Formats: sequence, C-alpha cells, structure tokens
Amino acid sequence: MSERFGPVSEAVLEVEGLRKSYGDKVVLDDVDLVVQQHDVICLIGASGSGKSTLLRCLNLLEEIDDGVIRFEGREISDPRVDPREVRSRIGMVFQAYNLFPHLTVLDNCTLAPRRVHGLGKAEAEQRAHDLLEQFGLADKAGAHPDRLSGGQQQRVALVRALCTRPRLLLLDEITAALDPELVGEVLTIVRDLAAQNTTMVLATHEMDFARELATSVCFLHGGRILEQGPPSEIFSNPREERTRQFLRRVL
Amino acid sequence: MTQAWAPSERELERRVARRRLRLRSVAIATVVTMVAFVGLGLVLVTSPGWPRVRETFFDGFHTRASFPDIADAFWLNVKMFLIAEPLILVLGLAIAVARGARSPWLVPVRLLAVGYTDIIRGIPTILLVLLFGFGMPSLRLQGVPNSPFFWATAALVVSYSAYVAEVFRSGIDSIHPSQIASAEALGLGHGQALRFVVVPQAIRRVVPPLLNDFVSLQKDTALASTVGVFEAVFVARDYGNYYFNYTPYVVVALFFVALTIPLARFTDWLQRRYMERERAGAL
Repeated sequence: MSERFGPVSEAVLEVEGLRKSYGDKVVLDDVDLVVQQHDVICLIGASGSGKSTLLRCLNLLEEIDDGVIRFEGREISDPRVDPREVRSRIGMVFQAYNLFPHLTVLDNCTLAPRRVHGLGKAEAEQRAHDLLEQFGLADKAGAHPDRLSGGQQQRVALVRALCTRPRLLLLDEITAALDPELVGEVLTIVRDLAAQNTTMVLATHEMDFARELATSVCFLHGGRILEQGPPSEIFSNPREERTRQFLRRVL
Repeated sequence: MTQAWAPSERELERRVARRRLRLRSVAIATVVTMVAFVGLGLVLVTSPGWPRVRETFFDGFHTRASFPDIADAFWLNVKMFLIAEPLILVLGLAIAVARGARSPWLVPVRLLAVGYTDIIRGIPTILLVLLFGFGMPSLRLQGVPNSPFFWATAALVVSYSAYVAEVFRSGIDSIHPSQIASAEALGLGHGQALRFVVVPQAIRRVVPPLLNDFVSLQKDTALASTVGVFEAVFVARDYGNYYFNYTPYVVVALFFVALTIPLARFTDWLQRRYMERERAGAL
C-alpha cells in the first residue's frame, strides 16, 4: 500500500492545538496527536472525555474552533478543503453501525466505491465480496442489515469502511453497543487489520484490547490528552493520578 | 432427552380452555355485528322518508340507465388522476429536496420552494381549478393546449404537489442524522447522500400519508366539472337534473370507492414487502 502514498516517514495525520466547543462547553482543548503509518492509536477515557468528538473532528464531521489538522502533510482544517475528498480517504466506523437499512449488505459496501471512487459495478462487488468473505460474511451479501445480529452488522460496517481502501481508519467505540459475546468477533477483525498494518485511531473501552494492539495509548480527560505513551507504560506505570484513577475503575 | 415430547395434562387442559375462549369471542363478534348492522338497516328502512329516498337515490332503472355514460365519463377522472399522480410525485419531491438545498447558488430555488408551498397550500383547490381553467386559456399561450381538461389537471398538479412536497419533507427530516453522517464519512456529497441514502428511506416512510393525498386527489378530479370538463360528477348532475333522480350520484360514489380500495390494498402490499425484506421479523 505504502508506495502509492509517498514516503513512510511522513506522518499520516498530525493534530496541533485542536479545540472544539459546543457553546460554552469546551469538549476538546489543546489536543496534539501524531499518527504515523501503521500506528494503532487507542483513545481511552471516561464517557464525555472527548474521544468521539476527536474522531469526528479528524473526519471533518465537526467544525473545529481552533488548531490545525494535517492529513498526509496537507492542512485539512482549512475551510477551502473539500471534505468529501478527505473523507474518501479516511474510513470511519460508528458505535451504532449506521448501516443503510434500505440497502443490502453488498449495496452498503459498494455504494461509496461506485459513487465516490468511480469503480465499476463488477469491480466494486468483487472487492466487497472478497472482504465479506474474509470476515466470514459471504453468505450475508444479499441480506438487509436489520436481519443481521449486532456483531454481524458491525462487521459489515467495518467491511463497508474498508471497501474504499482508506489510508486511515477511525473506529468510534465500535464494540460499545454489542453484547459481550459478540464483542470478540468484531475485535478479531480489528486484530487482523492491525496485523495487516492498517493505520487506525480507535476510541475504545476494551482495555485488554488496547493493551494488546495499541502502538500508543492516549488517555483523554476533560477534553485533553492527559497522557500518551506505549500501552506497557500507560497501563503498568501511568504518570498521572487521573489515569491511575480511571484505570483502577475499568481494569 | 431421547423421549419424544408429549403435551402434559395441564397443557391439554389449557388447550381446551383456549379453544373455548376463542369460540366465545367469535360468537360474541358475530352476534354484535349482526345486531349492529341489522339495526342500522332497520333504522334506515323504517325511517319515514325511506321510500322517497330509495326512489330518488337507489333506483335500479336509473342505475342501469346512467351507468354507461358515467363509466365513460369516469374514465376521464381516471385519466386525469393517472396523468397528475406521477407529475405530482416528481414535482413534490423536487420541491422538498429544493427546500433542503444548502448551496448558496440554490438560495433562489429554495426561496421559490418555500413560497410555492406557502402560497399554493393556502389557496382552496377549487379556486386553483377555476383560476387555471378560466384564466390560463385567456393568456393564449402558444404551443399549450387550451382545453379545460388540460388546465384542470394542471391545477390539480400544482395544488397537490405543494401538499406532497411537505409530506416528502417530513419524511426526509425523519431520517436520523447519523445516516447522513455515515454517508458523508464514506465521502458521499450532500446530494449523493440525499439521493442514495436519505430519499429512498424517506419515501418508504411516507407511503401511507402519500396514499392519503392520492385518495384525496382521485376525489378532487371531480372539481374539473367546475370548468366544464365532462367528467363523472358532471354527467351524474346532468342526468339528475334532467330526470329528477339522484341515483347517478350514488353510482359515481361507488366508482370512486372502487378506485380507492385497490390503491389502498396495493400500497399496503408494497409496505409489507419492504418490511418483510428489510426488517428482522418485526411484523
């Protein structure tokens, strides 16, 4: 993949001094983050700490109030940048799946490749079939999303995001809405993706998972990245008292 | 668990009890229905004016005599409806989408759409029919037919597209913003998100209220009689005035009902098909 997108040394994503507020409420404050190629960055923190908002800002679904976001070296927080063009190279999966209920699984997966990336029907379907096959969903291609279990729906949502061959994948608490026994099947996919060197930023409540996969863990508190480091450090020897408190509660 | 299951004694008792309860409710329903309808019938038939009403409104001879003319004329109503309906759907959807347009280039279109629905919905349909039917031909526009049929149909299209636009708009607004967010996250533009994600779902949701408007439209084709279109109600009135018998009105009413019921069943069937396909056993 890498040869198409320039030198490996260049950061995929750089965030500097990001600020986002809703009215008086500051949701993200002075956030800095660098995502290198093949990184798996896990955002952890309590609900309301700003994890989801940060991901939505990265995908330009939210207008930011200050700071700079650079994607592949180019500032995308410039209002003149076409967000469609940026989003077409960033995949995003939501907590609530957000599949399109009126389209079959296959049509969900081919919509963006065909309409945004200009792939032919056959090629788009081939790509979707391959990925569905890979994630054990081959027999679901013709089904409508509401017919599937939560775990299957979330796996379809992942496939849908992957069908556009994104440079960066944003996963927003993708297991939070699932029953405990369904979490595993979704995490297995993410594990596979990490093994394939997919660059990812994910908000998660699954600490074991973060510890296992993350190249770097960010602890968010009150809209700030309070602490960032490799999982071994954050989980075993956190620097901040807040991080320690949070981990005591969730581990 | 090798032994085959056989219902327990208690279960067998319950089944008997259930059957008895079911029979009882069928019996009650039958008796109540009979009493209600026979009672209503008796009230009607024993009312002092009934012989006179039967003669004027339910006369067998006049039914047969007026039937062919009404059937011919009713075809005009059907034609008006069949021409108007698709145009209304297209125009209504276009207006609804135009109201939601965000591009600065489309602000005039958006304002037009708002003004259109506001003004047109405020005017009684019969006035629109009269204004179009008598006013438009006076303009002597070139290349446009000047028949009352054409302008009455145009008036119905204009009037109903304003209502239908609001129905579509409510459907579009009812689609959860997360659907748009995920379409945009995939890189789809606003227009594409509308076309491929929002509008298809919105249409499914608004089928019942749309049907409501179309039943209404079928009946309002009768308004064309005000500008001299020789449709079914006109023919019935003509007949009634000539023979002093109003049976043709009842005949026309039956024609309208006969047209409406299949349409209702068809949309029910359509809805059900979508539900079966797209919803998980939630029927």
